[in-house]
Amino acid sequence: MRHATLKKLLVCAPLALLLTGCSANWGWYVVDPSTPSGLSNLKFMASGAYNTILMSLTAILISVVVGLMVALPGLSERRALKSFNRVYVEIVRSVPILVLILWVYYGLPTLSGITLNVFWAGVLALALSDSAFQAEIFRAGIQSIGKGQYEAAQSISLSYRDTMRYVILPQAIRRILPALGNQLVYMLKMSSLVSVIGMQELTRKANELVVTEYRPLEIYTILVLEYLVLILLVSSGVRWLERKMQASEN
Amino acid sequence: MSETNGTPLISIRNVSKFFGEFQALKNVSLDIGAGERTVICGPSGSGKSTLIRCINRLEKHEKGQIIVDGVTLSDAPETLEKIRSSVGMVFQQFNLFPHLSVLDNLTLGPRRVYGLSVKDANARAMKYLERVRIPDQAHKFPRHLSGGQQQRVAIARSLCMEPRILLFDEPTSALDPEMISEVLDVMTELAVSGMTMIVVTHEMGFARRVADRMVFMDQGEIVETAPPEAFFTAPESRRCKEFLNQILNH
Ligand SMILES: Nc1ncnc2c1ncn2[C@@H]1O[C@H](COP(=O)(O)OP(=O)(O)OP(=O)(O)O)[C@@H](O)[C@H]1O
Ligand SMILES: [Mg+2]
Repeated sequence: MRHATLKKLLVCAPLALLLTGCSANWGWYVVDPSTPSGLSNLKFMASGAYNTILMSLTAILISVVVGLMVALPGLSERRALKSFNRVYVEIVRSVPILVLILWVYYGLPTLSGITLNVFWAGVLALALSDSAFQAEIFRAGIQSIGKGQYEAAQSISLSYRDTMRYVILPQAIRRILPALGNQLVYMLKMSSLVSVIGMQELTRKANELVVTEYRPLEIYTILVLEYLVLILLVSSGVRWLERKMQASEN
Repeated sequence: MSETNGTPLISIRNVSKFFGEFQALKNVSLDIGAGERTVICGPSGSGKSTLIRCINRLEKHEKGQIIVDGVTLSDAPETLEKIRSSVGMVFQQFNLFPHLSVLDNLTLGPRRVYGLSVKDANARAMKYLERVRIPDQAHKFPRHLSGGQQQRVAIARSLCMEPRILLFDEPTSALDPEMISEVLDVMTELAVSGMTMIVVTHEMGFARRVADRMVFMDQGEIVETAPPEAFFTAPESRRCKEFLNQILNH
């Protein structure tokens, strides 16, 4: 009984402190669009959206291509190709994205003499990390297509390339579209980590504003809303695409 | 049956096929002349599908020799290309490409394999759709057609490659009874037109009308080969008698 109360107190006290402390002096004025400074703060925060979107879209495009190229050997019957797929997937997906970002940005120049700017270092790290997941998604999608489709394609003499391009992938992509949408959402959120190497995206802008305004709760709340809006847009875009693909078959 | 020049169009010599330890074909030999119509029957698991799938190399045989249209089947990629365009196959489950319209199902092979223009491929597709009597379904998707119509599209898809030989693996087994005859009618017309056909089927009425020769298989072996009259009235082996009793008195 006493023990439970103690536990409750331990959990609740900081929360209560935070809430009462803040509710006593919420500072929404920092982001109040009716005041000139609030409006310019909001504009400053929103100006990171462009880079967040550009970085995520570029990274997902690269990771889809790389993922597919890693997935195909995984479906081969040759053991060497299969092991390449397994090793790539297992290693790449176990590296934390933040570590990968730091490694590409600070490590790569030392290691290879190649210096990437912040944008491309971020895109490369995000794409690399995501490609392992894309590879698994593609592999599952392609494996879900029945053997009969391959046999029909073979019986009309289609090459492996044409079989993949015209028969298997169009069907597989339809099936994995929801999973691809999911990855894009994930990518948008993970792109916030690139702020640590100075990329001027949504999270970085918010951090900079916190330093000058000292209103973290209000500013990060707006940041959360910014991601929410982006992700809702992506979700509805993916839904629209799914509907459109279905409609094209009617 | 017309064996032009005495050399068979398909020559199967002492072919054996294993699935792991299990031997699905045991030293099978069979010659088929150009224009000949062969019907293969036999109990489930007797190796009928395996045998015809070896002819277009959907399965690889381990022992013996298969010569199709002058080409000896081997692992060499050129032989695959050659025989796959001269041998068409119709499957029990149709195996149409569900994401493509009927027309696109038919034109994919001619365009990608023979390099036909869209216009020529479409003209060819319409020609064969008329032959299977469904030209009005060209712009529908497979899932909007009945089973019988789908199987006729599959036959037209094979015909579009203008093969010398057509293989049928139980083409009516997945159909509702009322749709079987529309598919058999199309096949009968093909036979009359002189197409070399190997048909695995239990439709004995069709076999009587169309076959030049009946082949009875059991446990991976060809047990009996005979012209239909002799085959149905006086089968030689006990196994064949039992089999015929079972399916004819069913
Ligand atoms: N891919 C495979 N792996 C292992 N065994 C197989 C495979 N394909 C066929 N078999 C086996 O080989 C034997 C012959 O199969 P096949 O499909 O040729 O028979 P079938 O005469 O066509 O029978 P059905 O009338 O049922 O279609 C069966 O015992 C089957 O279990
Ligand atoms: Mg079979």
